[in-house]
Amino acid sequence: MTEAMITMHGIEKKYELGGSVVHALDHIDLTIETGAFVSIIGPSGSGKSTLMNMMGCLDKPDAGQYTLGGSRIDRLKDRELADIRNQKIGFIFQNFNLLGKLTAVENVELPLIYRGVKSKERRTRAMECLMRVGLEERAAHLPSQLSGGQQQRVAIARALAGEPQILLADEPTGALDSKTSEEIMRLLTELNDNGRTIVLITHDLHVARKAKRTVSIRDGRLQEGEHI
Amino acid sequence: MNFFTSIKMAIRNIQGNKLRSFLTMLGIIIGVSSVIALLAIGQGSSKSVSDSVNSLGTNLITVTITNTDTHFTKSNLNEVKETSGVKSVAPILSGRETLVNGSNSSESSITGTTSSYLSIRKLSVKEGRFVTSIDEQFRQKVVVLGSDLADTLFENQSAVNKYVLIDGQRYLVVGVLNSKGGSMGQSSDDSAFIPFSTAQRLMKTTYLTQFYAQANNQNSVNWAMAGIKRVLSQTYSDSDDYSVVNQQDVMDAMSSVTSTMTLLLAGIAGISLLVGGIGIMNIMLVSVTERTREIGIRKAIGARRRDIMLQFLIEAAVLSMLGGIIGVGIGFAASEIYAAATGGTVVYSFPIMTAAFLFSALVGIIFGVFPAYKASKLNPIEALRNE
Repeated sequence: MTEAMITMHGIEKKYELGGSVVHALDHIDLTIETGAFVSIIGPSGSGKSTLMNMMGCLDKPDAGQYTLGGSRIDRLKDRELADIRNQKIGFIFQNFNLLGKLTAVENVELPLIYRGVKSKERRTRAMECLMRVGLEERAAHLPSQLSGGQQQRVAIARALAGEPQILLADEPTGALDSKTSEEIMRLLTELNDNGRTIVLITHDLHVARKAKRTVSIRDGRLQEGEHI
Repeated sequence: MNFFTSIKMAIRNIQGNKLRSFLTMLGIIIGVSSVIALLAIGQGSSKSVSDSVNSLGTNLITVTITNTDTHFTKSNLNEVKETSGVKSVAPILSGRETLVNGSNSSESSITGTTSSYLSIRKLSVKEGRFVTSIDEQFRQKVVVLGSDLADTLFENQSAVNKYVLIDGQRYLVVGVLNSKGGSMGQSSDDSAFIPFSTAQRLMKTTYLTQFYAQANNQNSVNWAMAGIKRVLSQTYSDSDDYSVVNQQDVMDAMSSVTSTMTLLLAGIAGISLLVGGIGIMNIMLVSVTERTREIGIRKAIGARRRDIMLQFLIEAAVLSMLGGIIGVGIGFAASEIYAAATGGTVVYSFPIMTAAFLFSALVGIIFGVFPAYKASKLNPIEALRNE
């Protein structure tokens, strides 16, 4: 039994929507081991984005305990959350979320900039990450000069640049055709094989099945396995 | 995040929006350049005025009689001359007459005075001589011409020992003065000088309305002025009937005008910089809204609030400082163009340039704080959802 990367216990999140209270997350208990590859599936509005934000330390739970890589997250201040995001988490988004005015390599450097890494070392590490996703020749291109699949690979390189403990991928193939989706999934699987913990959020069963473990979410409640 | 990286990032963003950045900077550019140009021109002209006032010497006292009922005569003047502290006096009887030499003529100011005028006004003779006491005594029809006037009437020839017609009468030119320049419509270069007694006859008056007195030295100016006032008060009961002014008074009046003007200019400049600052704030707010998604991405990647705030603040500061630098350049160029076009003097004040530049930077930072704060407060989840 490997040690747990993520432990969630009794996590709750409520929203007030038009006078009625919506339980976006309703008493979530979840443990994800180090080196796991977990997919979280659920229809839209099921609360999977909220769960993702919670895991990614972008949001704070109303109640419950959240431990990430051995440190308690639920009581941290904004500033400490920013540091956790910077050092422990790598985000991969559906629409890539690259900065359009920066070149590929500059985008990959971003997490290192906020960590205060010196510019020379930054560039070396960013190039290494681009090499890992096979895009070292496109380093000087702007995102607009890259295809969707390439942009997502740059985004993955950016997520890897900070050497995070966990990769959080929110519908990473949602904006890609099936062939490039395959490529991205293969890349993620490869990263997982090398020991990286990956949490994948999707509504696509086909994509979800690439993960080693699947968890379903519906109306803010979590269930083990596929329940769509 | 490191400061230098922030600056590089800000410059890249400004480069990415050249036209907009330029328009934003325009307010600051206009503000800073107008401060520098207006002050350079203002200080230049006040310097040239004070230079010409100074060139008359600080010992000079100007007395003007404003009461026309009780006449001030030559004998009164002699009393003034005996006052302790007064070295010499020169009466002034001035009018405008047409001077004619053949086909050349010029309407000029004519001053009737005595020989002491030359040293009191610190003038010097280029050719010939000035009016003398013998001319005065015998009401000689002699004239001394200012350098410009001599050029006008005699062109390239020597004027000395030739005749000019004044009011139909022949006057012998006995001397030509060196050019001195002047200000406030009192240039000796355009004037003609004749003996006082001759002028009385020409202008048909017997009394004086103005004279110059020279104090023994700079320290006795006030002493001499008090003496002159005492003599005048024997003739005139009301102190409003005459004025006794020394060059220091003139300088003081001038410098109070200059400092008022400087204050006014600083006020105008301050307002235009304020307007420029509001322009910067406006654009930065637009920029924050436009770049909501970028802010979301940066926050998700680990930018702290402080990093985001610093990024926008530095951008505003760089924008306004760039505007300040361009403004200093344009202000400098505008003053040079003014000096070249009008021949006026311009004086550059380095502290004012520095202050204008620093003020522009300060404006950028102050007006950048609110948009930067707004950016840093954005919720990353909301910001990422933004299209």
